[in-house]
Amino acid sequence: MSAPEASSALGLRLPATEPTAQPAVPTIPWYTRHAVTLGSLAFGVAFLLTWQLLPPALGVPSYIIPTVSDLIAEAGRMAARERLIYHFASTFFIGSIGFIVGSLLGAAIGYVLGMSTLLEKILSPYLLGLQIAPKVAFAPLFIMWLGYNAWPKLIVTILVVFFPILVNVLQSMKTVDRDMINLARAYSMSRMQIFWKIEVPASMPALMAGLRIGATLAVIGVTVGELVGGNTGLGYLITFGEGQANTAMVFNAIILLTIIGIVLYGVVAFIEARVLHYIPRAIR
Amino acid sequence: MPNTASVLDLISVTKRFVAPDGVSQLTAIEQVTMNVRAGEFVAVVGPSGCGKSTILNLVSGLDRASEGRIVLNGAPVTGPNPSVGFMLQKDLLLPWRTIVSNVEFGLEARGLSAAERRERALRELKRCRLDDFANSYPYQLSGGMRQRAALARTLAIEPAIVLLDEPFSALDAQTKMILQKSFAQTIASEGITTVLITHDLLEAATMSDRILVMSERPGRIIDEIIVDLPDRDNPMARMHQPKVKQYVDRLMATLHLEEKVA
Repeated sequence: MSAPEASSALGLRLPATEPTAQPAVPTIPWYTRHAVTLGSLAFGVAFLLTWQLLPPALGVPSYIIPTVSDLIAEAGRMAARERLIYHFASTFFIGSIGFIVGSLLGAAIGYVLGMSTLLEKILSPYLLGLQIAPKVAFAPLFIMWLGYNAWPKLIVTILVVFFPILVNVLQSMKTVDRDMINLARAYSMSRMQIFWKIEVPASMPALMAGLRIGATLAVIGVTVGELVGGNTGLGYLITFGEGQANTAMVFNAIILLTIIGIVLYGVVAFIEARVLHYIPRAIR
Repeated sequence: MPNTASVLDLISVTKRFVAPDGVSQLTAIEQVTMNVRAGEFVAVVGPSGCGKSTILNLVSGLDRASEGRIVLNGAPVTGPNPSVGFMLQKDLLLPWRTIVSNVEFGLEARGLSAAERRERALRELKRCRLDDFANSYPYQLSGGMRQRAALARTLAIEPAIVLLDEPFSALDAQTKMILQKSFAQTIASEGITTVLITHDLLEAATMSDRILVMSERPGRIIDEIIVDLPDRDNPMARMHQPKVKQYVDRLMATLHLEEKVA
């Protein structure tokens, strides 16, 4: 053998490692790096094309399943004739306000109950009952009490958002590491210092998970409120479209409601990425 | 070398708990009398469940003794007080805070300005050789570094006594040895009075000036061993001392380890 060889401690003859030029790592082509994105896009395009072409090919009339181009045309008509922007804005506004108020109330009460074990124990069976009760079924009651205006929709939305956030916050308050609290106590921290410095930050992952759930539920709450009563909002357009056998209108309203949900969810995800920056990405 | 002034005294301390059934009583420790002098490093060893951690809770003021007295720097312990620093097997670093702000945590219940806190925390991190990681988050540090950060937080409050409750038991064997040396150096160079609660007999012999042995529940002190070895600041050097084996043998005999079955 011509190359010099080094012997290891065990007397094994190992080939000497010589500093050699690093072999060029082949660069990954762009279509491999973005394979997932491209795949998703391709699926979306294929889905829309199928929707556009398949029902007419099978002879399904457009009042049963409107094509994509029917939907776009109807959206234009709705914007011009049915005050679509106004209805969309109303739903978006009430959904957002309901989500924010419901989240604040849910979190606040979750923290209060989390700090008072006694109160939590006394109220927990009722909380469980209310959590299980279908909140949207209260909508007709609120309409009877408050009339055909924005309040019933707002209250249903708040109610729907409230519970998952309360439950998540309460659960996280109950599972804060006791040793962490004892450490703070040993440092002579007050109850409020322990709350603000340990319990509140420790509950953030659970609060954020609750907000994600709440964001999707807010859209359900406001939609049911609008379906049941009133003459405003995308939920109203759904019942109005139903009355006219206008499936395209119903489809459009559903798509816009979904967009509102995505926006709310996106805002939560955006806030979460900033609040929970200290959690490594792989775990989050 | 330790001088004679007593920092911590436990005088006939007994602690009873109400058992989980809510009726009967459990005695965790019974008639424990011990003292720790200034600058001394005392190890407390015993079988699991012997009430070692009860001693920690009593001394740190998180719990009250059922009988007996605990005196710290001449004053009875009646509640959490700033002269006791303690550290557990878990580092208890707050994951949402940077390392330097974790070290500041213990100082936040005191009337210090933010600048003073930061200055003290950075000084402590330097001492524990973590100043390069002041602005990192706990998840970015290794287990050994996290325990060093926890020690820095414990020392930042300038306690009269430091209680270490199995601080190395969650670490792998080699990291443990390195960290024991690192802790021993810091503790010896600052002359910090320390109580180390451990079930690792070798750790007790290589790190301390004196070992107190506890019995099974109810925990009593059944033996005291003066560790007559040099190099208290270097447990790895002590490991080579033949006498260490004698101490470990004696501990094994006192705890009847060889007669026990798992």
